[in-house]
Amino acid sequence: MNEDMFRVLLVNLGTGKGRVELIPGRSSALGGSGLAALLFTTYGDPVRPWNDVQQPFILAVGPLTGLFPLMSKTVSAFKSPYHNQYTESHAGGRSALALRFAGYDALVLQGQAATLSCLNISGHQLELKEAGFMAGMNALAAGKVMRRMFKGNSGHRSMLRIGQSGEVGSAMACINVDTYRHFGRLGGGAVLGNKNIKGIVIQGDGNYPLPENKGYPLLFKKVHEMVTDTDMLRKYHNLGTPANLESLNDLQSLPWRNLQQTADAQIEGITGERFADDTLLRNGACSGCPVGCIHIGYVRERFEEKDNRYLYRQVAYDYEPIFAVGSMLGVTKTFDVLRILDILEKVCLDAMSAGVALAWATEATDRGLLSRKETLVPLRFGDATSYMAAAMHLGTGSNEFYRLLGQGTLAAANSYGGSDFACVLGQEMAGYATGEVFFAAQALGFRHSHLDTGGYSYDQKHKEKDVDAAVSFLLQDEPGRCLLTSMVSCLFARSVYSEEMLAECLEVTGYPEMASNLEALGEKIRRHRWQLRFATGFNPDEITLPKRFYKVSTWKGPIDAAYLDTLKSEYGQRIRQLVEKEG
Amino acid sequence: MKILTTPHMDRCIGCHSCSLACARLVNKRFSWEAAGIRIESSGGLSSGFLAKRCLACDPAPCVAACPTDCLRQRPGGGVTVRRKLCIRCGECIDVCPVDAIAVDAAGDIYVCLHCGRCVAFCPHDCLEMGSAEIQNMEGEL
Repeated sequence: MNEDMFRVLLVNLGTGKGRVELIPGRSSALGGSGLAALLFTTYGDPVRPWNDVQQPFILAVGPLTGLFPLMSKTVSAFKSPYHNQYTESHAGGRSALALRFAGYDALVLQGQAATLSCLNISGHQLELKEAGFMAGMNALAAGKVMRRMFKGNSGHRSMLRIGQSGEVGSAMACINVDTYRHFGRLGGGAVLGNKNIKGIVIQGDGNYPLPENKGYPLLFKKVHEMVTDTDMLRKYHNLGTPANLESLNDLQSLPWRNLQQTADAQIEGITGERFADDTLLRNGACSGCPVGCIHIGYVRERFEEKDNRYLYRQVAYDYEPIFAVGSMLGVTKTFDVLRILDILEKVCLDAMSAGVALAWATEATDRGLLSRKETLVPLRFGDATSYMAAAMHLGTGSNEFYRLLGQGTLAAANSYGGSDFACVLGQEMAGYATGEVFFAAQALGFRHSHLDTGGYSYDQKHKEKDVDAAVSFLLQDEPGRCLLTSMVSCLFARSVYSEEMLAECLEVTGYPEMASNLEALGEKIRRHRWQLRFATGFNPDEITLPKRFYKVSTWKGPIDAAYLDTLKSEYGQRIRQLVEKEG
Repeated sequence: MKILTTPHMDRCIGCHSCSLACARLVNKRFSWEAAGIRIESSGGLSSGFLAKRCLACDPAPCVAACPTDCLRQRPGGGVTVRRKLCIRCGECIDVCPVDAIAVDAAGDIYVCLHCGRCVAFCPHDCLEMGSAEIQNMEGEL
């Protein structure tokens, strides 16, 4: 691999033709987040809307992808249908190694296929296959059909697909990756739907030379032992992220019933232990990750009333989806949570966004703002069967109400009322009612993700109300994460991949220039991403926090409104300064 | 001599650590194809995984098929490989009854040497160096 050139496959979906471009800049853009920003700058237009067919859909991996454990993620980047601004969404599965072994640092899709189609790429293949027969097909069925359409390389390929929600343009539509992982947030599914792409197969059929030095295999072994033989990542391996449900409930930081509560004794029905004991079938892993944090449960359904005839399906679970369709909807039985998630998998909606949206719709129903005319089913906290039906309506856009709700909770609230209790922090909230710092951090964060910065963690460790300290923490935490998402590491490995460790990894794999300059590069990539956000319309002053967030009580006591407002204002100002400063 | 066995493939999580280790340490390649053990999903991830690898035939049909003595019978089953002798004819690939020999675009072959270097990288102990007797007891141990 050429050290300074990115190898990028550009595909024009209108013609079905593509070309490989060698793009300079590896030593400064690194890969992943940095590369995606570079490619959007090159091929995107900050002004044209997200659904202009010329806007690119980008997948990017990094210089360490596949070369070290947990370097197993792919960055997708696009102009989001949710807010019409530049964004990223990250996923694992086999996508990262498949793209790397296909020989590309990135894939850029431009234009629009003439009809619904599937794209198949490898190191020596590029084909766009008409797939009109897949219209309206759910994401799981689409995966089965794609396996028949594109044979070979089983286990060494990645399959991305959308469900009905992407086809109808829902801003909550996600992209399913290899059945159990997702490019979840901010509507990537609708971007592919707008391009008439039902699925993408990436075949990792290449075979490349390794760095020729003794240090590489030794360092690999060291990192492998850190992630498998120590307790550094055990929590992800054992109960997985659902272990946090009980902890956050104990801290009065778990959103319940549209954030009307932050703790509830009914947590015992949906703890990580309960999911493991009752529902866990097995674990899975992203390719290149020996931790194996994927937890797969099951739903079992009797489909004949008189006879004992059952079917079962496998459903992955994590902390965030359980929060979103469990505590947030007042659903407190493990199998009920999985039944709702199963529907969301099929229609291919982001579970966090959908759960939070339905929680708002439930409270709006309670308050008389919505009726059955809009919701089609009676929405009641705890009523899993109704939520399954509502999830299907939301994913398929059954009526005007659900189509509007699919554009975001605030979009619906602006029409029907109830914006005060819409749990939206830039997008539907993540499951951390930890306090003022997190609320400000998600509301203004680059991806509106709890993983943009460690705001949720800061809240759990700091009771004092020091605006400068908190905002400084958020700002100082971000460049390091930009480095990780440029490599592209799973953020669960951030305790392993310190800046020093990343430098060692880059050094032994032939990137000494990057290794010697990481701090500055992280800062540069952070700034570039924010420049794109602002150029595509982001204005921190326009983001308001719904009143519900001011009424929350956590372990620290009631939210301090003045502190929250000051944090948000100061954080927004400091982000703006980052973009405007010279250099 | 011991051979590589896969007695606990029902524990496999599909991380490909074994394949990547083989490619990295044995074949000095960066790939999940250039490896003597390759993990495939059998009908999507929902149906679990299988390990494509040499089952240590003795005598091995690939040895008989090899026209240049690149592949030679390994004591205890399986083969040894002398890469310099390979003429990339592909005869060994066709005769292998379990599709254990991978080939890349250049015609270079990759087959398990039963060296066991992959074993330590499996996080769920799916793999073991053992005897031919446990070879066919996958999932029963």
